[in-house]
Amino acid sequence: MSTPITHTIVNLPDQATARIPKRNYINNEHGLLSWLLTGDHKRIAILYLISITFFFFIGGAFAGLIRLELLTPAPDLVSSDTYNKFFTMHGIIMIFLFLVPSVPATLGNFLIPIMIGAKDLAFPKINLLSWYLYVIGGILTLAALVLGGVDTGWTFTTPLSTHYLNTHVITAATAIFIAGFASIFTGLNFIVTIHRMRAPGMTWFRMPLFVWSNYAASILMVLGTPVLAITLVLVALERLIGIGVFDPTKGGDPLLFQHLFWFYSHPAVYIMILPGMGVISEVISTFSRKRVFGYTAVAFSSVAIALFGFFVWAHHMFIMGVSNYSALVFSLLTMLVAVPSAIKIFNWAFTLQKGSITFETPMLYAFAFIGLFTIGGLTGIFLGSLGMDIHLTETYFIVAHFHYVMVGGMLMAFLAGIHFWWPKMTGRMYPESLSKLSAVTSFIGFNLTFMPQFILGYLGMPRRYHAYPAEYQVLNVLSTAGATVLGVGFMLPLLYLGWSLKYGAIAGNNPWQATGLEWQIQSPPLTENFTEIPIIDYEAYDYEWLEKKQREEVTTVG
Amino acid sequence: MGISPVLWQFLVKWLHNSSLFPAEASTISPYTDALYFFLLLMTIVGLILVCALVFGFSIRYRREKNPVATQIEGSTLLEATWTIIPLAIFLVTFVWGALLYFRIYDPPANAMNIYIVGKQWMWKAEHPGGQHEINALHVPTGRPVQLTMISQDVFHSFSIPDFRVKREVIPGRYTTVWFEATTPGTYHIFCTQYCGTAHSAMIGEVTVLTPEDYDKWTKQSTSGMSLAQNGERLFASMGCNACHSGSAAARGPNLAGVYGSKLTLTNGSQVLVNDAYLRDAILNPSEHVTAGFSPIMPTYQGQISEDGLIDIVEYIKNLQSNYRVQQTQMTSESNQAAPPTPVEGTTETVKP
Repeated sequence: MSTPITHTIVNLPDQATARIPKRNYINNEHGLLSWLLTGDHKRIAILYLISITFFFFIGGAFAGLIRLELLTPAPDLVSSDTYNKFFTMHGIIMIFLFLVPSVPATLGNFLIPIMIGAKDLAFPKINLLSWYLYVIGGILTLAALVLGGVDTGWTFTTPLSTHYLNTHVITAATAIFIAGFASIFTGLNFIVTIHRMRAPGMTWFRMPLFVWSNYAASILMVLGTPVLAITLVLVALERLIGIGVFDPTKGGDPLLFQHLFWFYSHPAVYIMILPGMGVISEVISTFSRKRVFGYTAVAFSSVAIALFGFFVWAHHMFIMGVSNYSALVFSLLTMLVAVPSAIKIFNWAFTLQKGSITFETPMLYAFAFIGLFTIGGLTGIFLGSLGMDIHLTETYFIVAHFHYVMVGGMLMAFLAGIHFWWPKMTGRMYPESLSKLSAVTSFIGFNLTFMPQFILGYLGMPRRYHAYPAEYQVLNVLSTAGATVLGVGFMLPLLYLGWSLKYGAIAGNNPWQATGLEWQIQSPPLTENFTEIPIIDYEAYDYEWLEKKQREEVTTVG
Repeated sequence: MGISPVLWQFLVKWLHNSSLFPAEASTISPYTDALYFFLLLMTIVGLILVCALVFGFSIRYRREKNPVATQIEGSTLLEATWTIIPLAIFLVTFVWGALLYFRIYDPPANAMNIYIVGKQWMWKAEHPGGQHEINALHVPTGRPVQLTMISQDVFHSFSIPDFRVKREVIPGRYTTVWFEATTPGTYHIFCTQYCGTAHSAMIGEVTVLTPEDYDKWTKQSTSGMSLAQNGERLFASMGCNACHSGSAAARGPNLAGVYGSKLTLTNGSQVLVNDAYLRDAILNPSEHVTAGFSPIMPTYQGQISEDGLIDIVEYIKNLQSNYRVQQTQMTSESNQAAPPTPVEGTTETVKP
């Protein structure tokens, strides 16, 4: 069989005869209840996908309002209290209700059991419970919003949050407390599943790197989130009965809150980014037809990030009067945690070497990820470097930095993953040229939004400012203009992915000719994933094995 | 760095004039900026390297050019390269950053001290000479200035971007930062830690004056009472002098010359007496009992404002002898012994 050399690897079945498989997880049962009471990890993933998309656009609306207010130096669009509620809701929704569950709870939920050859996660009912907890957390957040909002900032800094605000702090804290358990349950489920339910022959070093990175993130979720939960309980108790753990007038220490909060919230950054890195490994490998360069290095760098990630929290507190010597230690550890990320970037780049590369939408998003995450990571070194941090922390520099990591990194990875596995999840292809346009639009819009903020930060513009000195206006206008473009870039996928559900081309089992186990079964998969338990006798990303398998199929069928 | 000073000046001025770079108005600024440009260079080189690899490979090995991929396991040598080189660069920035950090947070011994009290939503500056300012700060060029700061309510953060200094202002403990201004002019003061409704209105201006102008300003704007004099009044009116009289039979330790000394406490630990210790000992005396004294001092938590504490701390700092303490005490004791007729000299304590 001689295939003509084209610029794409997409290989769709003959559209005239192709049909979505008669029996699959979507039409296996009918009715709303069959979804709301399901134990199927794929259906729960879809439930999560719908709910996080909903919250993403709410959080995004707040981002839009923030940028609109900052178009002018004067505080003229809304009052200061309202503005403070905007950025608080933007932070809480985007972090706890979008970024933390984004890749693990949707793509991870859908794919991890299939990738390791299992029929479901270890605890399907806990998985469903996790989604309900997420929804309750989400509803409480919306309740806090509707009842009048909350203006603590997503960081809940004491004593501001405990003694000086009269907004719905406890409601919001409860929401995050409950949503936190959703994340703990997801992490627990992944850890147990990956340890106990791998198919015969699926050794640790045959697992796709997506599974490795979600495993590392799960460890962080299970160990880190309880600390956040307890911290929020202490904040609530201090508000309700004044126990005074963080109150200096009662012998408490407000810095203790900072320690506890960042002990979770720094690892949380890795909870958010690690699964995204897993997506990038899969995408880069598939579209360059090549095994991921240095598989073990990439796998262990995920674990190293998870491990070191727990010992760098005080780098959020360099200017807070911690001892100079502890600042030294935390700065040094911060430099160490940056190395595994650098390792990953270079390994991805070298995966391309001698590959046979095509540029479908997921690959474009992956390239965007590599570029933006490199900037996000390297600007993190600025902030980890003690003396530099003094000038840059609490300014727009830090805002730009973490948006480069979270949006430029995680969101781009999430979109790469959604496009990549869309055919598997729905059985249909998304429209290629429109999606390429949206990838390019988001990339341009993103840089226009956040690049000026680096400059603003070095100029000294503090974050969370409702009004700012007039000399900063030009850069703020640029940033707002970029946000508009970015908004269009994010709206487009919502529209065309919705359209593709009905009108997209039938994808077939393996449109990308990828090697993962998920691509060897029908799209959309059966409820039980596999008709028989697969036996794994090949490494991850073994394209020669795939070729051989396809040749055999042709001969048997032919 | 091999960059010529003239070129450096030109670059910074040009960037500053196009509103892309803050002014360099303190002795720290050039040091911070040097590290910043080094880090920028690192970022740009890193980014160019990554882009060159990604685009280079993408063009060279695109499917049209290279239809069949060659499988490669990996390479230990390459892995080692891109582990060690980034690590080395990061360690350089660690050391450089650490040196800068200690430069910014270790004040020189001859720094003049100004107290800053942050509250929702204003900055109060208290000069030892009795000048009080709100959302403003006057400092001279060419003299190191140390700020001893505390918050009356929530976390704030005191930032002067053009000086490249910033420090969190925390309730319940003193934090310090120092700078030496180089260029007369006015510069922004920002609160950079979110502190509630009017966070973005908690701004002010630092005015840098030449030493002559600064002397003129100090003389014109003094309230007439130095912080230490205010402190002396409080010391007497709150009855501190009853025990801390410095006499042999006194129930509290002698405070003259105590500042900067090492004390041994009843629990055996040694402490250095500085601003923070004095403040803690007033608010929380039972945990700071000097060896040889009994824990009888009541707490003053909630009875004295942060400004008052600063006055008393400033007073004790400058207390060299107990002569005036004992004088004040004798006057008030003799007044109590005598019939309660208003006599001159007692007016100070009964004055509303």
